[in-house]
Amino acid sequence: MPIDYTANLHLLTPEFVLTALAFLVFTVDLFLPESRKEWLAGLSVVSLVAVMVIAILMRPAGSVELYGGLIVVDSFGLFFKIFFLAIGVGIIALSVEYGRDRLDHRGEFYGLLLFSILGMNLMAMSRELLTAYIALELLSFSLYVMVAYGLREARSNEAGIKYIIIGALSSAIMLYGLSNIYAALGTTFFAGIAEELASPGTVSPVLWVGVALLVVGLGFKLSAVPFHMWAPDAYEGAPLPVTAYLAIGSKAAAFALTLRLFAEAIVPAVNRWDEWQLVIAVLAAVTMLLGNLVALAQRNLKRLMAYSSIGHVGYALAGIAVLGSDFALAAKSVVFYLVVYAVTNLVVFAGVTAYYNRTGQDNIADLAGLADRQPFVAAAIAIGLFSLAGLPIFAGFTAKFYLFAAVADGGFLWLAGVAIFASLISLYYYLQVLRQMYIERPPNPDHAEEEHEPADGHEDAHGHGGHDEPPVPPMPRPSLLLTATMGVGLLVVTWLGVYPAPLLGLIDAASAAIVPLG
Amino acid sequence: MANFDQVSLLLLVLVPLAGAALAMFLPKDRPRDAWQFAIFVAAISFVLSVVVFLRYDYGAGGVQMVRSYDWIGQPVNITLHFGLNGIGAPLVLLNGIVLLGAVLISQTITRRTRDFFVLLLALGAGVFGVFVVRDLFFLFFFYELAVLPMYLLIGVWGSSTDFGTFLRTKEYGAMKLMLMLVAGSILIWVGILALYVASSQAGDPTFNIDKLAALQQDGAVSRLTQMWVFPFFALGFGVLAGLWPFHTWSPDGHVAAPTGVSMLHAGVLMKLGAFGIIQVGMILTPQGAEVWMPVLIGLGTVNVIYGAISALSQNDLKYVIGYSSVSHMGYVLMGIATLHPVGLAGAVLQMFSHGIMTALMFAMVGAIYERAHIRDSMILNGLIKRMGTTTFFFAIAGLASLGLPGLSGFIAEFMVFTGAFRTYLPLAVLGVIGAAITAVYILRLLARSFFGEGDPQWDHLTDASPVEKGVGAAFVLILIAVGVWPAPLLRVINTGVESALAVF
Repeated sequence: MPIDYTANLHLLTPEFVLTALAFLVFTVDLFLPESRKEWLAGLSVVSLVAVMVIAILMRPAGSVELYGGLIVVDSFGLFFKIFFLAIGVGIIALSVEYGRDRLDHRGEFYGLLLFSILGMNLMAMSRELLTAYIALELLSFSLYVMVAYGLREARSNEAGIKYIIIGALSSAIMLYGLSNIYAALGTTFFAGIAEELASPGTVSPVLWVGVALLVVGLGFKLSAVPFHMWAPDAYEGAPLPVTAYLAIGSKAAAFALTLRLFAEAIVPAVNRWDEWQLVIAVLAAVTMLLGNLVALAQRNLKRLMAYSSIGHVGYALAGIAVLGSDFALAAKSVVFYLVVYAVTNLVVFAGVTAYYNRTGQDNIADLAGLADRQPFVAAAIAIGLFSLAGLPIFAGFTAKFYLFAAVADGGFLWLAGVAIFASLISLYYYLQVLRQMYIERPPNPDHAEEEHEPADGHEDAHGHGGHDEPPVPPMPRPSLLLTATMGVGLLVVTWLGVYPAPLLGLIDAASAAIVPLG
Repeated sequence: MANFDQVSLLLLVLVPLAGAALAMFLPKDRPRDAWQFAIFVAAISFVLSVVVFLRYDYGAGGVQMVRSYDWIGQPVNITLHFGLNGIGAPLVLLNGIVLLGAVLISQTITRRTRDFFVLLLALGAGVFGVFVVRDLFFLFFFYELAVLPMYLLIGVWGSSTDFGTFLRTKEYGAMKLMLMLVAGSILIWVGILALYVASSQAGDPTFNIDKLAALQQDGAVSRLTQMWVFPFFALGFGVLAGLWPFHTWSPDGHVAAPTGVSMLHAGVLMKLGAFGIIQVGMILTPQGAEVWMPVLIGLGTVNVIYGAISALSQNDLKYVIGYSSVSHMGYVLMGIATLHPVGLAGAVLQMFSHGIMTALMFAMVGAIYERAHIRDSMILNGLIKRMGTTTFFFAIAGLASLGLPGLSGFIAEFMVFTGAFRTYLPLAVLGVIGAAITAVYILRLLARSFFGEGDPQWDHLTDASPVEKGVGAAFVLILIAVGVWPAPLLRVINTGVESALAVF
């Protein structure tokens, strides 16, 4: 029977609308004078919210396949769509001021952002390897351009070149993996792979090679160790909002794809090949340890966040490793972790962007005395970092506890132990940032030589009396938009830390859609 | 009042937490307002803690004022489950007292005052939380909440110490404390997950302490698991309790901290560690506890002797008290490790008694340092002439610490020794020797710095302020009251000890 490729096509309305709006942004950009490019940010936000509303209103009951099973519309995809669109809104909030002051051609920036979100949405919805690959490339190509967007900065160009070369390499590896899988099985559908893996009889070595190369390709996209080396350079060189986007958006999308791929293609074959759990577990352990250890040596905030995000990828991978044990719990904890990680990172990056916009500095030591200069920015960064380190009452604590409980419950108590140990390492470098902001004195341009206090031991216990504190160099207030972003982010971080039940309910429904049968 | 019991434990946690949240919105540049607000919050907490302690029915015993709120349902089943037992009740009271005292003493904080009290109240809320929840997730949640503010409290408001050849900076003290305590909580976390996995394998995944205890009694937690999980709890919580050889954060941290924070930290925070060993280690992994307790009592004895000898060789007043805390926490650990009703009750009483007396000592040393800007006992001399009241309060605390009959320390140590003599005779003898060394360093300190000739350079000092005097007098009265009439505390403690030892 021929497949009806137009059946249920209306369910893709959100994607069609998003595509149309992205083109609209490009078109309007041509007619807007340089001084009014900020309108495009507003237009993009309106687009994202509109698509969100459409996606929610047009959600089908249960899951519906389109294009003969290439794409599926289900609650898992819907959850991630809303998540990605919300990330897009956050990134635009970070970009407005930065783009105005530091980027050329910023109109197209927003168009690219919309396209990349389209790619992420499709990644969460595809059920077939090539479709997933194309969605992934749509995301990657938008990101290649966005990373190199700081045309006036050499390091942004350098980052762009590195990113595109490594990205192309990883895409090639992944494609080769896909072709091997197709050669072995004659299908690229997730369900077909699962069926083949689970069927009795020997499995051709070509398939193993294919699956291994696929995992390597995904490892590059996730920046899992040992495929991580592009991340620090790309993070450091990219414009700050793009760095945030790399850390939050592309990671979340790659995990959405990984989750669905593992759920529908690999987990059903668990009885045949349960060593894959161990492989992923080792990958996770190496990733979290190396990411966090190398982060200790960083002096630049963006590089620090790059290695920190590698560490966090390691934690989430630990959750992927136990998908085969208790699928529902593991999937739920990974998704919850991703959401918390995204919100928390958004807060930290909003704070760092607010600081960078006013000072043009992004080294850790530059933050000295920030708590005296802009207390709210310092508090936002501090709370964000506490949450990333996994300390209560913030979301990071709840998410880590939940995730590690799932990992331990899945039979990998040692991996949970490694993850908790890695968290301790991360606390050290997060505290170094905190120390600069809260304990070190702000740099004083007039008395550069008196930076170090005399070590007389009689320094007053409570910092009053004694010697005069040098005057604090003023720092202009951050923009209202960034302040609001930080404020909302902090509320969400605290709320998810104190009462995560509503979100977990939503995630429950979302992950139920991809629970493997049998 | 029955309605009050339903929410009293929740309020105990919420009041300081809400106080911390509200304090963030106080004006930035009015330190006195922030202080007064913190007093207001701490006073309510204090009243609540007294009421909760009095409402605990020692005749009935067991876990009381139980209230459970759903938090995360299936499949991990975490509930915000409140409940107080006979061991938690006196410690709640202790935290109420010391928190109020610490806030009052912190009048002298004038820099970023608002932030200071936000963190201090959050810390207080965390401590209350650990004592009153009966769910491992939340126990760990509040445990971390109590540790978390320490880094900034010490790093921002603390002081560095010059040793002549090298400098112990407050940043060093803060980072060392934070990393060692969080390293300890790694072990606790892994232990909690191991118990959760055991419960999950038994078909009833839970973090609830009472359910886990019941599962353990049904044999759902294998002896092997208990054998390796107990050391995780004992060492993890032990770090915070100052267990040798993981105590080194404690003197450095206490000395670097501002007075109010030292009071809370040595006074109640270290007790969280000992409380955790009882509440989690002993109750949930008794078979492991039985095997490992001889090791713990050995380490506890080393604590007593080693802490006392270290205190003997220190000149800095705060370091003397810091090491004395290490030594005194050794009695607590010894008492716990006896697994004997008298010894364990003595340990809990020692927690209360040491909490009050060490907070008092830190408060008085803080008052001296505030005025003399020095803490070196070789240079300070004849303080009694100018600071008579301060000297008097410090002396009482010192006498309680060396175990003078009539003060609280005597009864607690006597009970610990009684328990130890019946179980581990040689170690008990060593413990008594430790008490003798305590007498040496305390009396030497008193003779050298407080009494004696007096040095004209200290003639400008003024005596403690009315607030400091008030706090000192109240703490001294408590030390005496517990010393002569410990029954109100002991009868509550005994019910807790009875149920804790019922599994052995």
